Amino acid sequence: MTALTTDGLAAPLGHAGQDHRPRARKRFSLARTLKFLAMLFFLLVVLIPVYVLIVTSFKGVGDASPARAWSLPQLWTTENWQAAWTALSPAIFRTLQMVIPAALISSFLGSMNGFVLARWRFPGADLVFTLILFGMFIPYQAVMIPLLQLVLGSGLPSGIPSLIVLHVIYGIPITTLIFRNYYMSVPNELIEAARVDGAGMIRTYFSVVLPISVPSFVVVLIWQFTSAWNDFLFAVFFSSSQNGPVTLALNNLANGALLQNYGVSMAGALLASLPTLLVYILLGRYFIGGLMSGSVKG
Amino acid sequence: MPRQIRRWGPPLLLISPSLIIIGVFVYGLIAININTSMTDIHTAAQATGRKPSEFVGLVNYTDLLASPAFQHSLRNLVLYTVVFLVGTMVMGFVWAWLLDRPARGEGIFRSVYLFPMAVSFIASGVVWRWLLNSNQGENASGLNRLFQILGVPFLQNNWWNNVNYGIAAIAIPAIWQLSGYVMALFLAGFRGIPEELREAGRIDGASEWKLYRYVLFPQLSPVALSAVVIIGHMSLKAFDLIMSISKPANYQTKVPAVDMYVFKSAFNYADAAAVGVILLVIVAILIVPYLVHTARAEKS
Repeated sequence: MTALTTDGLAAPLGHAGQDHRPRARKRFSLARTLKFLAMLFFLLVVLIPVYVLIVTSFKGVGDASPARAWSLPQLWTTENWQAAWTALSPAIFRTLQMVIPAALISSFLGSMNGFVLARWRFPGADLVFTLILFGMFIPYQAVMIPLLQLVLGSGLPSGIPSLIVLHVIYGIPITTLIFRNYYMSVPNELIEAARVDGAGMIRTYFSVVLPISVPSFVVVLIWQFTSAWNDFLFAVFFSSSQNGPVTLALNNLANGALLQNYGVSMAGALLASLPTLLVYILLGRYFIGGLMSGSVKG
Repeated sequence: MPRQIRRWGPPLLLISPSLIIIGVFVYGLIAININTSMTDIHTAAQATGRKPSEFVGLVNYTDLLASPAFQHSLRNLVLYTVVFLVGTMVMGFVWAWLLDRPARGEGIFRSVYLFPMAVSFIASGVVWRWLLNSNQGENASGLNRLFQILGVPFLQNNWWNNVNYGIAAIAIPAIWQLSGYVMALFLAGFRGIPEELREAGRIDGASEWKLYRYVLFPQLSPVALSAVVIIGHMSLKAFDLIMSISKPANYQTKVPAVDMYVFKSAFNYADAAAVGVILLVIVAILIVPYLVHTARAEKS
């Protein structure tokens, strides 16, 4: 199984709880205990940055001495959070306005492409698919200069409108991939039945295929939401901190006048990550589904 | 003729918008970019068309590849990629191995190991810049201070401020963010192995180590290949983390993607485009064989 052809959406990880294998016999053994301790150790290591983020974000300015770097705040204060919210909230709302349309449109395009590529065997279909896929892996630096000139020349307003268009365009390969893999797993009989009833390809797509695509749409929407929310490369080339998304605003906050005030930037980092973290916590199953079926986008 | 339209028309109608978009915005722009990289557009006046520019062939490439500064970027890129790849593959594999057999609370461990993936490089860069603070001794904070607290002060170092190896320190947060992803790939691989295979090995009296070595590892190699390709291509495009933790102007942490941004900011479009092409070639060397291999495997 290669990542590019995995078709079960949340399959391997999603159902871990219903594992069919017999559980290993429950008994105390040294190996199991050591394994558990190792797991616990790694858990703590992974959580170190989270501890730092939370603790520092609640520390007052006077509490920031290096000697107390790892201690809990002497006095818990929310002033960093207020400052970070003031600095970032406009950008957070702009980012929402960016990611929602971008995710919706690119999912829809990906679904149409995926359906055609999964069902329509035309000469060169594999080549076309591979050429689309390559678009997912290219370093965008290789198109950035002409892209800048094109977007500037098109009169598209800088900032969110430009970024929506760009996320839609460069989201096409991954959304196409995920939907194609999903539609390959749809039973042929379903499509055939529609055809026998006299429905053409477009009718079949809208009346039969689209309604059963909900699980895939969830995966793709989450995936596109997360990657557009976390994007920095397009943001830094196509927007400014006045009209750009939250990654850019956060980077400016952390590098700006408040450079030495780590508390504000840490609160800001948490604020900027909350939407994607919430999605991960609430819909983690589908998030993993996206990872597994679509591999990754740089 | 009408039959042809009935057969070819609808699918073409559904897919052609995307095909045109990809054709223009991926392949068309790559072609224009290659063209730009062979001009002498090094100034703002030329970039905005107020002054004429000329075709200069491959001069920008030969100049770049001969310049010690760009060679340093390429060297940094190699070092970063090696550390990032080895780190994520080892951590991801160890975690998957630890979580392979269903255990109590396994879901929590898995979720925690994987969660950094949901966070942007920019946000994690904020906290990692603090953790990788180069101050030592009295003024140490971040990991250096933690090493003092834990009684291992000799581990203190100046992290990404080291001119020769600083870039390797930036790979640490990258490993933190993506090991969980590699774990997820390996876990899916482990769970795709039929239980009968393990049982057969056990009945034949294979030790746990031999079971892994001769039965399970070979089954995992396609997954490992995917992981290497995916992490590798991400690594070659490294940009966000470096921008967040270090600064674009910092010599010790610069890589081609950062150079490209610096050139673009100075309206040196020709060199920016050339760096883009160089990155594209490096990524293509990794990706194209993989895509061809995947397409073939799918066919058979």
